[in-house]
Amino acid sequence: MTLASTTQLICFAVLSLTVVVGAFGVVLLPNIVYSAFLLGGVFLSVAGLYLLLNASFVAAAQVLVYVGAVNVLILFAIMLVNKREDLSDSSGLALRRVLSAGVCGGLFVLLTRVAVTTPWALPGPASIGEEATARIGEHLFSDYLLPFELASVLLLMAMIGAIVLARRDVFASDVITGEPADQGLIEKARTPLLTSKP
Amino acid sequence: MSLSLPTEIPLQAFLVVAAVLFCAGVWGLINSRNAVRVLMSIELMLNAVNINLMAFSSYLDGQLIRGQVFAIFVITVAAAEAAVGLAILLSLYRNRETVDMERFNLLRW
Repeated sequence: MTLASTTQLICFAVLSLTVVVGAFGVVLLPNIVYSAFLLGGVFLSVAGLYLLLNASFVAAAQVLVYVGAVNVLILFAIMLVNKREDLSDSSGLALRRVLSAGVCGGLFVLLTRVAVTTPWALPGPASIGEEATARIGEHLFSDYLLPFELASVLLLMAMIGAIVLARRDVFASDVITGEPADQGLIEKARTPLLTSKP
Repeated sequence: MSLSLPTEIPLQAFLVVAAVLFCAGVWGLINSRNAVRVLMSIELMLNAVNINLMAFSSYLDGQLIRGQVFAIFVITVAAAEAAVGLAILLSLYRNRETVDMERFNLLRW
């Protein structure tokens, strides 16, 4: 066993331990701010796993998109809806937790069994290593061109949709005709439509 | 230069880590009371799928790394999903004044 492979093994062990502990922290910690920061740690560790797999471009995209955009967005959402509320206990919550833990454990056992017992076609073709980024570019502009362009349309739709869903100020009158706008379906600021207590 | 990538780390190790991540995400998705945590669990599950795609593309598809292209598309869709999901969450919070998943039961019998 060479030094490089030992280093890879140690890196893999540390990164996967961080991923697993961080994931359980995200779903189990009571304070959601800690969960959000642990989620950033999980994203960074997953980027490290990608680097171990010789995928530097996807690792960079993971750091930029997940840590830089998604995690910051989640932190902003926590900041905007950060209201301390004591969650009322509903019946059967502990039973639900135990049952779903059993189901998820069974799913994990199933997945692990499939991963271990399947005869994978190893070793596959030799990895292209450093040229992965150039190969991804060739794919994106030749045989995956249509999904690439559709992704840009999807991002535009998501941006417009997020703005329309989250904005609060509305025009009181129609811009063109000057008539009062029908705001029956537009929610007003500080007037919750549905606050009926069950 | 071609790195010798079936290394000492077996493919199954990556798959098992992804399975743990996915199952933690499923459990969090079912049991979270806070709606923001539900979105975080979905992100965990998407990351588990991405780990699987990347491991398969490196170990079994070393020349045409199609799994990496798929991972890029999954990252794109996940970013769009997070933006729209959090916008829906903000709108929901303004209307119901809560983020408790148990009280979002308007459409449930």
